[in-house]
Amino acid sequence: MSRTYLPVLLLMGFVVFNAILMIGLSHLTMRSRPTPVKQSAYESGIPALGEARERFSVKFYMVAMLFIIFDIETVFLIPWGAYFRNLSCAVPLTNGLCPSGQVSMFGLVEMLVFMAILIVGLVYVWKKGALQWD
Amino acid sequence: MGLFYTFHFYLFGVIAIISAVAFVTRRSPVAAALWLVNTMFCLAALYVMMDAQFIGAIQVLVYAGAIMVVFLFVVMLLNLGHASDVTDIVGGKTKLAAGLVGLLLLAEVFVLWKDDGAPAPVPAQQELEPGVIDQVAAPLFREYLLAFEITSVLLLAAIVGAVVLAKRRVT
Repeated sequence: MSRTYLPVLLLMGFVVFNAILMIGLSHLTMRSRPTPVKQSAYESGIPALGEARERFSVKFYMVAMLFIIFDIETVFLIPWGAYFRNLSCAVPLTNGLCPSGQVSMFGLVEMLVFMAILIVGLVYVWKKGALQWD
Repeated sequence: MGLFYTFHFYLFGVIAIISAVAFVTRRSPVAAALWLVNTMFCLAALYVMMDAQFIGAIQVLVYAGAIMVVFLFVVMLLNLGHASDVTDIVGGKTKLAAGLVGLLLLAEVFVLWKDDGAPAPVPAQQELEPGVIDQVAAPLFREYLLAFEITSVLLLAAIVGAVVLAKRRVT
């Protein structure tokens, strides 16, 4: 690893330091005079209704599941997109360019097959009404 | 490599281990999940240090992002109640099994570490541009093409499974 990531590390360190500083300072300077109103959960200014710990609908879970699946599809699309120039050439690239007449459909077709199988899933989800909230 | 590398390796490694221990010992499931996110971020940092930037980015996107969302939704779905109400329902047999598996993993790590008598063959260091993912993409889309295509069938099965389970009408 080179030192290319030093700025990222500095940013991370700054964020952690800043968070600790803000929480620490507010703890040091606060005067604790709790009242029941102050201790209630802040819900956009209106009194909170019931508990936060309710059972949530399974619909949220299904949205999250479908999100993971199509997220993984994206994981495959990113390296494919980055490598597409090499995949669509029958011979190795010369200076990052494909010699004329050597363009192949290999890269496009393999991803189309992959996408086609997943689109069957998308159509199934759509037809089942799983994307409908009711 | 050098001191810079070693320092950050131990920094992220120690944070990852502390977060993992906190993850299994917290009573509140949401707090446990957030500790797991911390572990994932440290693993991503370790991947980046190994010049596997793409895997590091995926680690954050998929594990710290998507999979943690599902964990939290499952916690909300099951509604375990207040952390103080949750009691350990795991019996002695399960604890014994967990302990044995833990010991086995520890033994495995020990064997791998002891086995390192001769210096491991260092792979030829290629001069890589940071962030290049050709090393991942080339084998994935050429040699392992069939596996890549079959992955889509696996994902399709997951889609159908999720819909069938979640859309079932309770009679």
